[in-house]
Amino acid sequence: MPEPLPTADDPTDVDGRVHFYQVGSFAVGNRLLDRSLRTVQSDIGRTNSLDAGHRACRGCGEALGARYTLDAAMRAVEGRLVAVNATGCLEVFSTPYPESSWRIAWMHSLFGNAPAVATGVAAAMRVKGRSDVRVVAQAGDGGTVDIGFGCLSGMFERNDDVLFVCYDNEAYMNTGVQRSAATPPAARTATTEAFGLEPGAPFGQGKDLPRLAMAHGIPYVATATVADLHDLEAKVRRAMAIRGARYLHVLVPCPLGWGSEPGDTVKIARLAKETGLFPVFEAEGGKVTHAAQIRRREPVESYLRLQSRFRHLFGEHGRPDLVARIQAIADANIATYRLLEATADTTGGQS
Amino acid sequence: MLRQIEGSRAVAEAVACCRPEVVCAYPISPQTHIIEAVGAMVRSGELSPCEFINVESEFAALSVAIGASAAGARAYTATASQGLLFMVEAVYNAAGLGLPIVMTLANRAVGAPINIWNDHSDAMAVRDSGWVQLFAETNQEAADLHVQAFRLAEELSVPVMVCMDGFVLTHAVERVDVPDQPLVDAFLPPFEPRQVLDPDEPVSIGAMVGPEAFEEVRYLAHARQLAVLERIPAVADEFAELFGRRSGGLVSTYRTEDADIVVVALGSVLGTIKDAVDERRERGERIGVVGITSFRPFPRDAVRRALGRARSIVVVEKAFSIGFGGVLSTDVAMALQGLNPVVVTVVAGLGGRPITGASLDGVLVDAVEDRLPPLTFLDLDEDIVRRELERMAATRRSGPTAENVLRDIRSVAAGPV
Repeated sequence: MPEPLPTADDPTDVDGRVHFYQVGSFAVGNRLLDRSLRTVQSDIGRTNSLDAGHRACRGCGEALGARYTLDAAMRAVEGRLVAVNATGCLEVFSTPYPESSWRIAWMHSLFGNAPAVATGVAAAMRVKGRSDVRVVAQAGDGGTVDIGFGCLSGMFERNDDVLFVCYDNEAYMNTGVQRSAATPPAARTATTEAFGLEPGAPFGQGKDLPRLAMAHGIPYVATATVADLHDLEAKVRRAMAIRGARYLHVLVPCPLGWGSEPGDTVKIARLAKETGLFPVFEAEGGKVTHAAQIRRREPVESYLRLQSRFRHLFGEHGRPDLVARIQAIADANIATYRLLEATADTTGGQS
Repeated sequence: MLRQIEGSRAVAEAVACCRPEVVCAYPISPQTHIIEAVGAMVRSGELSPCEFINVESEFAALSVAIGASAAGARAYTATASQGLLFMVEAVYNAAGLGLPIVMTLANRAVGAPINIWNDHSDAMAVRDSGWVQLFAETNQEAADLHVQAFRLAEELSVPVMVCMDGFVLTHAVERVDVPDQPLVDAFLPPFEPRQVLDPDEPVSIGAMVGPEAFEEVRYLAHARQLAVLERIPAVADEFAELFGRRSGGLVSTYRTEDADIVVVALGSVLGTIKDAVDERRERGERIGVVGITSFRPFPRDAVRRALGRARSIVVVEKAFSIGFGGVLSTDVAMALQGLNPVVVTVVAGLGGRPITGASLDGVLVDAVEDRLPPLTFLDLDEDIVRRELERMAATRRSGPTAENVLRDIRSVAAGPV
C-alpha cells in the first residue's frame, strides 16, 4: 500500500501498478507522477543554474543542494533572479577564473557579507523599479552561522527581501575540514581531533540557525535535505512566494569532510532526517507550521556508522556512551518537533 | 548660494544633489551628522528615489553598497576611524570589483587608546586598497569633491573616498556654496555601470583568480588609478567652468614660485600652514606650501613639478608608520628621486592635538636654519615620554601606558604608581 502522496490524477497509469517510491529510497519517482507534480529538476527545461563542468568533489551534497535550490527558485520567479554567494566551496568550485558554472546572474564578494550584499542588490532593484527581480544569497555553514552571522542577523532584523540559503555540511570543508558552530558533537574535524576524553567536537555547543532565524520573527524559515527533492523544491517555491527575509537551511553531506562514500550522499542525508538528528520543518512568523514525519525510524548509529568522522565512536575502543548522548539529541528533536506524530502529515513536507 | 552651514550638512546636501540611489548608514563619530542629514532628506522625500538602509556594522554598510553598486545603483556611505578598519575587507573588495562607490571618510585617529578626534591614521591604513583618496582642505572643497568623486568613480569604475578632517571640518560652521541641483545634474550624468547584475544578461562577478592572472588583474587596477590621475585635473577644470570656482585637482600650490622651502600636507591643516608661511614671508623667507588633494592615486609628476626647485621639503603629517616614520613623506621623497632636496617629516596633530601657528612657526624657523631632524614629533612632551619609559624599564608590570601618562599630566586622579 503506497503512502498517500500528492498524486497524479491516476496513479495507476503505468502498467496498472502503483510505485511512487524508488526501491529502498522512499524518494518519489518522477516518472510516475503527473507532469505538473514532477520536480523542476526532472524537467528538461530547467535552468541548470549551476551547470556541469564545475570542480566539486564526487558526491558533493552542496553542488546538489545549490542546483536544486536555484533551479527551483528560477522556476518560481520565472528567471528574474540574482544570486549572491559567500566565499566557500560553492564559490571556489563554481568560478575558477576564467570559467563559471553559473547560468544565472551571480556575484561573490566576501566570506562574511553575503547577506548584506544581497540586501544591497535587493535595494538597487527596488529603487530602480525592478522589484520583479528577486535575490537569493547562499553560503555554507561557516559563512552562515559563524563569520556571516552578524550580517545575516541584520538582514533578518530589517526583513530585507532576500532568501538566504545555508548549505550546511557541518564544517569548514573548503579549508580542510575545521569545526564550525554547525559541527555536530563528537564529529572529528581537523580542529576537533578524535582523541581525548570527549573525542571530536564538544557536546552542548554550536548554533541552531533555523531556531535563531525563527527568533527574528521573519516570515519564513525552513529546513530541508538533498534527499527529498520534492520537499526542497516545495520550500523554495513557498519561500519565493513570500516577500521579506526568508531562511532555508539545507543539509548537504560532504564525502570529503564526513568520510563517507560519494554514492551515499543522498542516503546519509535521508538518514539524518529519519534518525531525527536533522529535523525537517517549516516555520512562519517564528512558529513551526509543519514538520516532515519520520517514515521509518532509524537509530543514530545507522547514520553515524556511514561516516568516518564518527569512526572513533565504534569498534573495540568505541564510545557507546557518546553514541547514546547523540541518540538522546535525536530523541529530543523527535519530541520537540513531533516527528513521530500519528496524526501528522506524512507527505514529507509537501503541501 | 553661500550659506553659513556645518561641514557635514554641506556634504550631505552635495551628496543628495548627486542623487545616490542606495545610502547605507552606521553611526560613528565624526561622520554621523552627514548620514543623519542624508537620512532625513530621504525620509522627507527631498531625496527620492533613494533607499536609506540602517545596517548593523560598517562591514555591512560597505557590503550593502557593494551589492547595490554591482546591481547598478549609485551607492554612498560614510565612515571614520574604527569604522573604516572594521570594513577593511570590504574596502579592498569594492576596489577589486571596480565598483564606483563614493564614501566620505571623516578622518579620525585609530585606537587603542580610543580617541575620537582628528588625524589621518584611518585613511593611511587603507591607502593601498585601490580606492581613490581625495583630501579636502575646506568645507567648500569637501562638498565639491563629492560631486567630482561620483563623476570620477563612475567614469573609471573605481571607488572614491573623500577624506575630510573630523570635527575640524565636519563640525565647523562656515560659509559654503553648496552645489546647485541643476548644475550637478549637468555635471554628473546618470550611472551607467560597466557590468551589472541583471537576469536579462547574466554574468558572474567575483570569480576566483589564481597565480595565472592575479598580477595582471592587480596591474589593471593600477592602470585604472593612473587613468584617474589623468582625469582628475580635467574633471576639476570642467567643474570650475560649470560652477565658477576651483576645487579638487591633484595638488594645490601656495607661494611656491620662488620657494627654497616647501611645506607639504594633506587636508585642513593647510590653512594654518599658509598663515604661518605668510608670517615668515613677511620676514623675507622664501617658503611655500603644497597641498596634496589626490593622495591616491599619488600625483608623482605634479608633486615633482611643484617641489622641484626647493632645497628643503617639510612634510607635515597627521599620521605615521610606527617603527618607520612618515607615510606621505615617503611618497614625496619617491616623487623627488634624483633631485635630492632634503625631505623631513613633522608628525603633528595626532588624536586631535591642535597644530598651532606658534608651533608651526618654530618648525619653519628650524627649517630655514636647517635644524630639522629627519623625523620630528611636533609638541611632543618629552618629559612625559621619558618618565613612562623609565617606569617601563624599572617595573615589568608598570601598568597601562595611556593611564600612566594621563596620571602624569594630572588628567586623572593621581594614585600610587
